[in-house]
Amino acid sequence: MNKLHWKIGTVLGLLILSFWLLYPSVEWYTKTNDDRAKTEAMRMRPKRILNLGLDLRGGTHMLLELDVEKLDKKEKLNDAMTRAIEIIRNRIDQYGVGETPISRQGERWISVDLPGISNTEEAENLIGKTALLEFRLVNTSNEAQAVLSKVDGMSEPPFDKAGVLAPEIAKMLPKGTMIYKAAAGAEGDRVRYYILDATVPVTGAYLESARVETDRQFGTPSIGFTFNKEGGKLFENFTGANVNKYLAIVLDGVVHSAPVIKSRIGGGSGVIEGSFTLEEARNLAIILRAGALPAPVSIIEKRVVGPGLGEDSIKKGLGASLAGFVLVVLFMMIYYKGGGFIADVALLLNFVFLLAAMSYFSATLTLPGIAGMILALAMAIDANVLILERMREEMHLSKPVAMVIPTGYDKAWSAILDSNMTTWIASIFLFQFGSGPVKGFAVTLTIGLLIGMFTSVFVTRVIYEFWLTSNPKELSI
Amino acid sequence: MMTLLPKTHIDFVKKRFIFFTISGLVTLTGIISLSTKGLDLGLDFTGGTLVQVKFEKPVEISVLRKALEAAGIEAGIQTFTGGNSFALKVKGALQSVNETADKMDAALKAIPGNSFAEEKRDYVGPVVGRDLSKKAIFAILLSMFGIIVYVAFRFSNPVWGTAGVIGLLHDVFVAITAMSLTGREVDLVVVAAFLTIAGYSINDTIVIFDRMRENMRNFPKMHMGQLINMSINECLSRTIITTLTVFVTVLVLFLFGGTGINNFAFAMLIGTITGVYSTIFICSPIVFQWEHRPK
Repeated sequence: MNKLHWKIGTVLGLLILSFWLLYPSVEWYTKTNDDRAKTEAMRMRPKRILNLGLDLRGGTHMLLELDVEKLDKKEKLNDAMTRAIEIIRNRIDQYGVGETPISRQGERWISVDLPGISNTEEAENLIGKTALLEFRLVNTSNEAQAVLSKVDGMSEPPFDKAGVLAPEIAKMLPKGTMIYKAAAGAEGDRVRYYILDATVPVTGAYLESARVETDRQFGTPSIGFTFNKEGGKLFENFTGANVNKYLAIVLDGVVHSAPVIKSRIGGGSGVIEGSFTLEEARNLAIILRAGALPAPVSIIEKRVVGPGLGEDSIKKGLGASLAGFVLVVLFMMIYYKGGGFIADVALLLNFVFLLAAMSYFSATLTLPGIAGMILALAMAIDANVLILERMREEMHLSKPVAMVIPTGYDKAWSAILDSNMTTWIASIFLFQFGSGPVKGFAVTLTIGLLIGMFTSVFVTRVIYEFWLTSNPKELSI
Repeated sequence: MMTLLPKTHIDFVKKRFIFFTISGLVTLTGIISLSTKGLDLGLDFTGGTLVQVKFEKPVEISVLRKALEAAGIEAGIQTFTGGNSFALKVKGALQSVNETADKMDAALKAIPGNSFAEEKRDYVGPVVGRDLSKKAIFAILLSMFGIIVYVAFRFSNPVWGTAGVIGLLHDVFVAITAMSLTGREVDLVVVAAFLTIAGYSINDTIVIFDRMRENMRNFPKMHMGQLINMSINECLSRTIITTLTVFVTVLVLFLFGGTGINNFAFAMLIGTITGVYSTIFICSPIVFQWEHRPK
């Protein structure tokens, strides 16, 4: 075997590898939508496939910000972020949607990409709720009663928009207590308030499970929960010591119910009652199971793309790209004849390799990503134009074919290398953006440029060298 | 052999002041346009809310505007050809996620005898916008610095790298000017186009510089002006062919690529043309001017 055989082997080997890498993606996207949904539900989605961005398939992108100021002082930011991401992932997994990329962005941002979710409000509640469950004693002292009647007499709520308590109320509060809002009752009802002890004996951190229960008599849904061993013990001691007092169940700062403790509660389980719909109860159970976020999060960016719009843009974008591709291919073949044909073969390989590489990295293809791909392909064509023009110049000097080809490559190489490298440097810095659309563009451009240099220089040269073994007299360019 | 051009002998260097003047005028136009009209920055940078809706039956834009105004919303309204789709935009809103969008929905529902479906809903908080602008500027500065260093290293002459970057800045500025003049919106995707133009512009310049470097080696005694002219003329057919292929691809995207990519394609169209222009008429003459500066 000589050197040329090795080169041909390398190209063919890479081609086979690419087809092998591409196979799962092709199989996945030729399935019907229903089949795909079923497979996703069973968590059998293949790992290494090309993903479609939300702009192409429709869905909801959300950027969440962790409220660092409300974080426990002892907790490190990095740990809190990791935990928050884990909990959000848990909630989404239990909710049951397809592949959902969740990633940290910058210091305290979390990016969530929900594919194909139509009810975004439900998703927002699911992801955005802190789900901090607390059990506190209700303060029933005379001072507390006085505060409540004062609040009842006020025309405005005691909290301002930022959630700060009105100073005249704050002054009246008994020591070691706080005022809490009750969950909204039926429409038209007055908002009620509770005065609760500031100390929290048991929290949702001790929960082992939570589930939806329906009242046998009225069919109203409620959420049953079970503590773990430690929590069960704490709860038992706490209820034992406070028989005949009122226990408030507080979720994210809102009192859902405040039943009286009739006796010591053993066994470590209980029920949260309130006016939930079945949907609400189901989602609440999910987020209680998944655990509370280390601090509240707020949605600072949200982008919803309807599935129809996604399909529309994929059709148009792909159609236009394909048309541009065909035009370039035809032009090369007409203008450079045989040389153009070889450049076209390389371009096609470039395309296959690029898609295979993206599938291997499970990259996400977005609309700007397609644009990046087109640019990379255009630069690959430019490299071939450079080589072919050099060959033509050499042919004008009446050199033999066997000399024209290597000289053409040698002379074009420095221009190809330098021009690709400079563009590559620019595309690398695009990663700095970190955000979805531009990152998609940078990914395809960066990978595409590297592959393009390989296919337009190495692969085409292998083809020429193979052709040279037949000892041709004329070069068709 | 099929050729676009016969062998050319155009004296580009001699005519350089004409092109310096043209570029100067374009730059001046850009400065005037940017200071009077400004740039229509997208939600990505300003923050705000966008709702795209598609109505069942045709509806007049004035009806939409009235309905929104009645609800106290002052939105920019964009129409799309060939459909009853509208993009409604409120920039710089500081409200929480769904506040503005829900208000818009309610206002549109009040339009009698027509129903609509929401196709798209974007909300960008004010912090996100600021963060993106910062990152964009950072990325551009870094990549330019990287390019100057690389070119200076490969051509062992910082003047060439600087000339390349001047050309690149020129091209991006012309593209920004075009966006400002046409009132097109600059969002993240368009910024990606600017960066691509920068990469493409430098790519083009490097090819000619590479030829100059080669010719300097082969003809060390040749006069600089003659050498630059020869290099540009030798590369001319390649320059035109490459530009043509890119131009055609981008043109197809511009015409048929759909709204999502239209502004991107527009910026790229301008960038492709100015990229070649700056390489031939700006970058190479700058190198000449520098070598012939009064000492």
